[in-house]
Amino acid sequence: MTLAMSEPEPPQKSWWRSNQQRATPWLFLAPGMFMFGLYVIYPIIASFRLSFFKYDGLGTKVWLGLANYQELFSDPAFKTSLYNNVLWLILYLLAVPLGLGIAIFLNQTVRGIRIYKSLFFFPFVISQVVVGLIFSWFYAPNFGLLYSVIEFFTGKGVAILADPVLATYGIIAAGLWPQIAYCMILYLTGLNNVAPDQIEAARLDGAKGLKMLWYVILPQLRPATFIAVVVTVIGALRSFDLVSIMTKGGPFGSTRVLSYYMYEQALSEYGYRMGYGAAIAVVLFAIMMVFISGFIWKMVRDERGNR
Amino acid sequence: MFPRPIQQSTPATRVIYQIALPVALFLWLFPLLGVAMTSVRPASDLAQGNYFGMPSYFAWHNYVEIFQNSPIGRYIFNSFKVTIPTVIGTVALSCMTGFALGIYRFRGNLLIFFLFVAGNFVPFQILMVPVRDLTFGMGLYNTTAGLALFHIAFQTGFCTLFMRNFIAALPRELIEAARVEGVAEWRIFWYIVVPLMRPAIAALSVLVFTFIWNDFFWATVLTTSASTQPVTAGLSSLNGQWIAAWQLVSAGSIIAALPPVAMFFLMQRHFIAGLTLGAVK
Amino acid sequence: MLHLKKGASLALALGLIAGAAHAEVRTIKYYSDYDPIPLAAMQALIADFEAQHPDIKVELQNFDHEGYKTAIRNFLTTDSPDLANWYAGNRMAPFVKSGQFMDVSDVWKDNNLDQSLASAMPSMTIDGKQWGVPYTYYQWGIYYNKSAYAEAGAKVPTNWDEFIANCELFKAKGIDCLTTGTSALWPAAGIFDYLDLRTNGYDYHMKLTSGEIPWTDDGVRKVFAEWAKLVPYTTANAAALDWQDAAALFVQGKAANYVMGNFAVGVFKQGGMTNDTLGFMPFPTINPDVVRAEEAPTDTVHIPAGAKDPADAKVFLAYIASAEAQTKWNAAVGQLPINSAATVDEADPFLKAGFDLLSSTKGGIAQFFDRDAPAEMAKIGMEGFQEFMIYPDHLDAILTRLEAARQRIYKQ
Repeated sequence: MTLAMSEPEPPQKSWWRSNQQRATPWLFLAPGMFMFGLYVIYPIIASFRLSFFKYDGLGTKVWLGLANYQELFSDPAFKTSLYNNVLWLILYLLAVPLGLGIAIFLNQTVRGIRIYKSLFFFPFVISQVVVGLIFSWFYAPNFGLLYSVIEFFTGKGVAILADPVLATYGIIAAGLWPQIAYCMILYLTGLNNVAPDQIEAARLDGAKGLKMLWYVILPQLRPATFIAVVVTVIGALRSFDLVSIMTKGGPFGSTRVLSYYMYEQALSEYGYRMGYGAAIAVVLFAIMMVFISGFIWKMVRDERGNR
Repeated sequence: MFPRPIQQSTPATRVIYQIALPVALFLWLFPLLGVAMTSVRPASDLAQGNYFGMPSYFAWHNYVEIFQNSPIGRYIFNSFKVTIPTVIGTVALSCMTGFALGIYRFRGNLLIFFLFVAGNFVPFQILMVPVRDLTFGMGLYNTTAGLALFHIAFQTGFCTLFMRNFIAALPRELIEAARVEGVAEWRIFWYIVVPLMRPAIAALSVLVFTFIWNDFFWATVLTTSASTQPVTAGLSSLNGQWIAAWQLVSAGSIIAALPPVAMFFLMQRHFIAGLTLGAVK
Repeated sequence: MLHLKKGASLALALGLIAGAAHAEVRTIKYYSDYDPIPLAAMQALIADFEAQHPDIKVELQNFDHEGYKTAIRNFLTTDSPDLANWYAGNRMAPFVKSGQFMDVSDVWKDNNLDQSLASAMPSMTIDGKQWGVPYTYYQWGIYYNKSAYAEAGAKVPTNWDEFIANCELFKAKGIDCLTTGTSALWPAAGIFDYLDLRTNGYDYHMKLTSGEIPWTDDGVRKVFAEWAKLVPYTTANAAALDWQDAAALFVQGKAANYVMGNFAVGVFKQGGMTNDTLGFMPFPTINPDVVRAEEAPTDTVHIPAGAKDPADAKVFLAYIASAEAQTKWNAAVGQLPINSAATVDEADPFLKAGFDLLSSTKGGIAQFFDRDAPAEMAKIGMEGFQEFMIYPDHLDAILTRLEAARQRIYKQ
């Protein structure tokens, strides 16, 4: 890949021409950078600053120093939220192997398989609000589908969302539904590009089952796995919609996650605690940064490798 | 564990596979089918405990009822009012940023690019309070325009990643040739690059449409009233008013899900191409 | 250019006509938080109002009841309507103190509301001014399913011990003695309030909700000791049920008793209950030495400080305060009017029972836990009640947590 600017300028080119090439990218970047700076970069900095203040959204901001963060560490609701976030992260990653499983199952060429693939994918297209409502109905005590099925087999139904221990798992399961679909489509695309001759060769060498998957298929699916892990981690940490729709953090706060707890604190009826909310957001941001940095680090490495 | 093509296996396996497919699909979509059934169940069925049997008749009037007795039509209209400008704005901005970052080499190129990429992944909550204050300060709080502006800015991150990678993979000879001809840079963009970007534009439009249509968080943060709320926030509010009226909640859910689903089935190829960008090398 | 000009002048002409029409009708925006039955009643009331005042149009926008509680601060501070529903007492204090509700003392004076709404005046007064108009209140108590009682062979209890004893009878028939749905938290508070009012009395309850008594006090423990007797007989999974879901169990006879407000009668009857199958009893006596107190929340309408057309909003407020409007709305919803000149349907046994109950109460009338206690304390408290109903053995941890919250919240 060669770029115009990297080559020595032929002397006959006018000054304007080279200047134009220097200015053009900045002119093209300007609107996008302005919007992104205003709505993304500046708010991140502003939130960091806000986390050291007490602010109710109306009056003046009062400097608190680290008091918001100190309060976080003695706040049981914060601990519950953090714990649930970890749970989300770990369990949500199940979407990656499960998505791979379905992708392998569907990776055949039979009549109508295209429609099957689309229909398997289709939960991802639905809004999380609708997914939350669907699963609320599925879990509903006394008449919910799952409740009735469990009742049929064991004689006693289980109301997932009423149980402080099970509720978070129930919400994560609802979240997994579209996420598995997403991972599945990534892997289906990846599988399309797996080299058939390598598989045949491996077969002739006697590779079978898990060995085949691990040593022959997965290395070829590495880009798909990478993206699947990234979007799943981000999705797990962004889990707001489902908690909000299915339990509003209940029963008694046991399904709160950081993203929901932040919203609850910052925009609650009894007075906006925006500074405290910002402190929660900063913690969430710090967790996310670990993953974002890893992701960016890999991308930078790939970019350097390409050039 | 990479099954041979089914055509090479025994007839028995083939039959089992053909049976397993619909069964698996049925189980996979089980909750959704249940909701679809509930949406055409008359309220009397639910009251009498007929939750899973055949509906005593198909109560299509549930759908009529939600349009007559709730602002769901308005909510859907609002969703379009947010989604369509966002799609146009984001695609326009990211074509430009993608062009700048994909074609030119200059100091700071990678830094800016990764700023866009990283910004795209931040948790919404770290933006929430300042964006709310900002929107309020501009007098755009509780308007679809305020919501759309934020979405345009935020989606530009993801779309820049997408467009930049797409443009960087275009054949450079075309651009070099144009430059040798002395074509102005903006003309290169408009007459050479943009036409080549059509598939990317199509893919991004479908993706952004779906993302924005399904957004719930920003809708609850930046809008409050039925005259401005998009359908996700509206449905959440209606869910609170239709407690125990599952036939209405279900019908509302189906209606809210329809536009992105229709979009997906109509533009499936572009949708998947957009979503799986980078999944193959 | 000619046709363009023509078009422009046509648009101008249309604009003038439309403008002229608009000059006559002014629109006021009203945000509410009604369930379906009261919503229909309010829409009917608005239609009457608009007929009387052809120059004012009321644009009602309804929110879901629970979502409204978080939405209100948001819209009051950003994009105010001209009228907004809320509640009397402590629940309105934060909005009054932060200057988000308008002083409407003039509406009270001009319409002699200090006479007609005298009973609710104290709960609407802060700093000697009135900040809204009350239009309805309703008793709480125990609604019971007569068929369930007959099936279990239980008699309507006259005191707490009999009530608990009945629970065994219901259990034998597979009926929940008490049902509730605590998904939205507040239904649990109704049970707590009554247990406290019957165990410790009104004064103690008021001191507790205003932060003067620690949550670790022996009196509070006595309340939970009574509650613990009831927990095993209460509908399982209540935490995932809304009150309407529990109402369905009650209507179907799967539950015998329901601690609820009278607004629920409409839902019970929609489900098929009649005056013959639905019964009402005051919450039974626990400690006979405690003077009987009751719970009757008052609902109100306010003008936000940011209202764009307060003059017309005040006209509507005066209308809502009138005997005519209150009679009509409350009759449709099955609640009690505040206006002393309004009439109550004597033929409705539940309204009559409520009216008699409240007018004969010596001990005092509480609003409700989430209106008597500051909202933040109320939320933490009600989460504690919900937890207690699932894990009664967590009591010590719950009370310690509530006490820590009390010390933080009331200090501010």
